Amino acid sequence: MDPVTRPPTAPSTPKPQQAGQGEVRATIAADAEPRLVTEGITVHYGKTVGVRDVGLTFRDKTVTALIGPSGCGKTTFLRSLNRMHDLTRGVKVSGRALLDGTDVYANGVDPVTIRRRIGMVFQKPTPFPTMSIYDNVVAGLKLVGIRDRALLDDVAERSLRQAALWDEVKDRLKAPASGISGGQQQRLSIARALAVEAEVLLMDEPTSSLDPQSTMRIEELIQQLKDTVTIIIVTHNMQQAARVSDYTAFFYEGDLVEVSDTNTMFTNPKEQRTNDYITGRFG
Amino acid sequence: MAVTAPAAPGAPRRIAAVTPENLRRRYRRDRVMIGLLVVATVVVLVPLLIIVGYVVSNGISAVLTADFYTQDLGSPARALQGRPTGLGHTILGTLVVDGLALLIAVPIGVGAGIMLSEYPDHPLNPVLRILNDTLNGMPAILKGLLAFSLIVKPMGTFSGFSGAVALAFVMLPILARATEGVLRIIPWSIREAGLALGLPRWRVVLNAVLPAARVGVVTGILIAFARAAGEAAPLLFTAFGNNFFSSTPLRYLLGPVDTLPARLYGLAISPYKEWHAMGWGAGVILLALVIVTYVGTRILTRQRHTTDL
Repeated sequence: MDPVTRPPTAPSTPKPQQAGQGEVRATIAADAEPRLVTEGITVHYGKTVGVRDVGLTFRDKTVTALIGPSGCGKTTFLRSLNRMHDLTRGVKVSGRALLDGTDVYANGVDPVTIRRRIGMVFQKPTPFPTMSIYDNVVAGLKLVGIRDRALLDDVAERSLRQAALWDEVKDRLKAPASGISGGQQQRLSIARALAVEAEVLLMDEPTSSLDPQSTMRIEELIQQLKDTVTIIIVTHNMQQAARVSDYTAFFYEGDLVEVSDTNTMFTNPKEQRTNDYITGRFG
Repeated sequence: MAVTAPAAPGAPRRIAAVTPENLRRRYRRDRVMIGLLVVATVVVLVPLLIIVGYVVSNGISAVLTADFYTQDLGSPARALQGRPTGLGHTILGTLVVDGLALLIAVPIGVGAGIMLSEYPDHPLNPVLRILNDTLNGMPAILKGLLAFSLIVKPMGTFSGFSGAVALAFVMLPILARATEGVLRIIPWSIREAGLALGLPRWRVVLNAVLPAARVGVVTGILIAFARAAGEAAPLLFTAFGNNFFSSTPLRYLLGPVDTLPARLYGLAISPYKEWHAMGWGAGVILLALVIVTYVGTRILTRQRHTTDL
């Protein structure tokens, strides 16, 4: 039988690190190249541990959902992947996150370059409020000195098409980004990340502030984007995880409890805690 | 014992306190509160109107003559003999000194505010904060003294430039604090959004955070300007004063110049009632300068990006 889980351990006991990681990695179907691999990622908030020793493999052009109850560390883990914790005082990340084999935390690796390759979409849409729709999309290029008008126009159109927003805004690209709906703003945030040619897209509950219609559009979009980028999505909504993801990882109290392909995860979880969570017994 | 029938568990229960009498009481209290707010507003506005009214009514006759703007002051004899006299040189000097002070203080003050708000972990941050707070609490006349020893002494002459530096010292801490304050209320998510795009920190601050705080920063500049424009003390031994138009434009920077607050004081303590009238006129111009700047910046920074839908 294919081992799909880490050996069952209580959250408080230290894990046999090597074995644990090896098992988890072996679980993911070998149908795509690994893109982003974490090894023993641990995040401390002062003396509190937010995430404990997480080893996960994210394969190229797949969608992985991170699920778990509030405070389980899934967002904390997500933010460790593109070094967003660097700016928060008192947060310490240890372990490795290998993007195409290079540790993003290695000495001499510039977080700015990492974040261009690993884009992020946040829970609340975050258009730059003073910029137009157009300027928002190309912000990541324009603000690093790219002035070539034709290129910027090109990228803007391509990114907005990719984010399924082009038809809705093509006639008002110069209009303020704050004037479009929340769902459109969220797709604009996605377009903005795609414009810098992010290869990995981190999504932190991207639909939790949106209405069902907009949520559906974002979910469709995730399916389309899978052709070109690797997506890691944190969600509170288990139906959403089941709908959009290829793999699902369940976090509980800072531990990665179980990871497997989404189908197995929701039909035949190996861990009691996973089963309790997805059947709604807690969380 | 129960007066009302016990409600079934989970059934909606009327809360007995919400009676018509209760509602009337709350409306009454609402009206009293609004009344108090109106009183507070009036208390704030009345002194302002009295000051403006008093200054304008005393100074209006002086500022309605063309001579007031085109002539310089000269000696008291001119006013006493009814010859043309005015404060043209004072208005010009004020514009030069205040304008230059802004040019010096805005980049440094706003920069310091950015440092205080956006780089809290920088080792120089606490030092900057202490310096800024000290500068803020320092009496204005000492800032004049500082500019005197830094610039007037080495140059060997009173000058508009030294006056501008003294006023810049007045503006700096106000600018830094105001900028820090408005940057702090810009949501953290905007910074994260910028950083997540792979933009360097300073780019995010300059192109995403600062524009979002634009109106607040401009208001801070305005407050700093209005505050400095009314200061006489820092100018006493820097810009010093002058009864005449300077011979060349450069002399406004490099020689002693007149400024409205300092001149107002000089005219007010003079023994000539003709000069007292001109002093009131200086007050009117000073008020107008602040009000025009205020209204002007309000119009320029009007939010364009929120109205369009």
